Amino acid sequence: MAEIVLDKVTKRYPDGALAVQEVNLEIADGEFVILVGPSGCGKSTTLNMIAGLEDITEGELRIGGQRVNEKAPKDRDIAMVFQSYALYPHMTVKENMAFPLRLAKVDNATVEKKVADAAEILDLAQHLDRKPANLSGGQRQRVAMGRAIVRNPKAFLMDEPLSNLDAKLRVQMRTSVSRIQKQLGTTTVYVTHDQTEAMTLGDRVVVMRGGIVQQMGAPQFLYEHPANLFVAGFIGSPSMNFVPASLADNKLQSVLGEVTLTDRIRRLLEGADAPREVIVGIRPEHFEDASLVDATAKTDGGVFTSQVEVLESMGSDKFAHFLLSGEQATSADLADLAKDTGDDTSVGGISLVTRLSASSGAKEGEPSEIWFDADKVQLFDPSTGKNLTYTER
Amino acid sequence: MAGIGGADTTQKKVGWGLLNAVVVAYALFPVLWILSLSLKSSKTLADGNLIPREISFENYSNIFATTEFIRALANSIGIAIIATVVAVVFGTMAAYAIARLDFPGKNLLVGVSLLIAMFPQVSLVSPLFEIERGLGIFDTWPGLILPYITFALPLAIYTLSAFFREIPWELEKAAKMDGATPGQAFRRVIAPLAAPGVFTTAILVFIFCWNDFLFAISLTSTEQSRTVPAALSFFTGSSQFEDPAGSISAAAVVITIPIILFVLFFQRRIVAGLTSGAVKG
Repeated sequence: MAEIVLDKVTKRYPDGALAVQEVNLEIADGEFVILVGPSGCGKSTTLNMIAGLEDITEGELRIGGQRVNEKAPKDRDIAMVFQSYALYPHMTVKENMAFPLRLAKVDNATVEKKVADAAEILDLAQHLDRKPANLSGGQRQRVAMGRAIVRNPKAFLMDEPLSNLDAKLRVQMRTSVSRIQKQLGTTTVYVTHDQTEAMTLGDRVVVMRGGIVQQMGAPQFLYEHPANLFVAGFIGSPSMNFVPASLADNKLQSVLGEVTLTDRIRRLLEGADAPREVIVGIRPEHFEDASLVDATAKTDGGVFTSQVEVLESMGSDKFAHFLLSGEQATSADLADLAKDTGDDTSVGGISLVTRLSASSGAKEGEPSEIWFDADKVQLFDPSTGKNLTYTER
Repeated sequence: MAGIGGADTTQKKVGWGLLNAVVVAYALFPVLWILSLSLKSSKTLADGNLIPREISFENYSNIFATTEFIRALANSIGIAIIATVVAVVFGTMAAYAIARLDFPGKNLLVGVSLLIAMFPQVSLVSPLFEIERGLGIFDTWPGLILPYITFALPLAIYTLSAFFREIPWELEKAAKMDGATPGQAFRRVIAPLAAPGVFTTAILVFIFCWNDFLFAISLTSTEQSRTVPAALSFFTGSSQFEDPAGSISAAAVVITIPIILFVLFFQRRIVAGLTSGAVKG
């Protein structure tokens, strides 16, 4: 077990393409860190550099205080779980799991014991003599985990280990990955493109985009205090609503009506050198059916009326979708996000997702009065994507 | 074939069976004829019967009675095995490099090897004859092994690189992460998975060397290195007036036996879909 330190680690390919740019990351002993971002953001490259499968162009990588840039993967004492599992098809489950121990010339009795222990933890005891071809996806995934845990490595690296599983199994395995990591207390770096996995699994989440770390912090912190539009849009499901707005005399003017900025936001904006035209971001849960909000709160927040386009009742709450006329918010960050989700359809207006109480009387196709919390809005600079209302607290 | 009506399936089965039978009969009839010829005595050789009136092993004992055929058989076996081993070993290394590494001149190498494979062999016979005479390897084992390797290597590289490409690269990365050196990763993970490919290639190369007639007849002049296909053409009857067809067909039957053994021996190793289950399919 050890801490992993990335000190200005950079990866440049021979053709000059910059895959990872000056990543600084200190992973404490036993910590569970998630690297998350859209495809091509450099997260897997970063993981491969930690593993030793790719060379580090610049910067230093230290594991347990020791520089390991030049060390071969086998001398780094870290285990990796691959997205494709990469099980050895000609070996049984048992042989697969014992392989790292055999290579390390561990004696037979210890191998037997360690494999049995790992099989116990992963519930694979009855499959030990089967070949990978005869296992289900979830079992193969567990064998891959087993091969990683048998030799008590300094760290686990996981490259989208759950993305080949179907949705239900993925949720199950997510929990067991988390449990096993807590149980073993091994430093873990986990790569995923799924923000839900990132939110639920990690002690700390590192959001990457285009080879650059956008923000790192606890999942809840990233959710509440995104550093820029990209993080704001990437973290959270359904994602944050973005609406273009203009600032004047402490008032925020947008298709959602005019609201007075609260004292807290005004103070945050003072140091931020805010432009006149901004993008306002509001999370779905900060909306509410106006008829369910008491009078004082109602006057403090913003209120608008629009026709409910689609209403999804989830039982515990209702998601109401609106389509407001106006120009969509545009920014390089948002374009990147749209590209990642493959959402390049222009809806011809501003689409809005709101989460209302289950007791809301909103009906599909009928106009509804919606309130939002003016103190919970986040303001972004459209040109830089920076969060103007960012705060450490 | 599931979910189709019973009558339909039976009909289909019969249809396919008939078609298969026709194809197999067409392919095997000449073999049957040769077998029949080889079992006839010299008197009944030309009687045109498919089933010999009396089974006689005279032809077989005749060919084994002289050193000519035995010597040729030894040459054939030795030359084909050496050429196969060398071609497969070098082919494996080259194919692995082509499938896995990006090195300058890779496409050129593949192109050239393809060119060699397609080059009409007959146009090389006279230059090879001159070269081998100059080098003093004419009518020796190396004199045949070298050209065989030249033509077998591209074949080996082609077949094997296709096999290597099918082995997921992640397996090798996984082996590295599990603590294997590149050598161990190759020996314990890649080689076992490539085995079917290696055996397939070995069979193809062996058959190519075994069957070659052109080089064997042009680059040999004595029993010292003449292989069976070439030796067959020098068969004569016991006397000048005797038709050697019986001996030739007996020899032809004998030389198919090693091929059959070779294929049967390696066939069990060629298990399709051995890599299934390695990565999510």
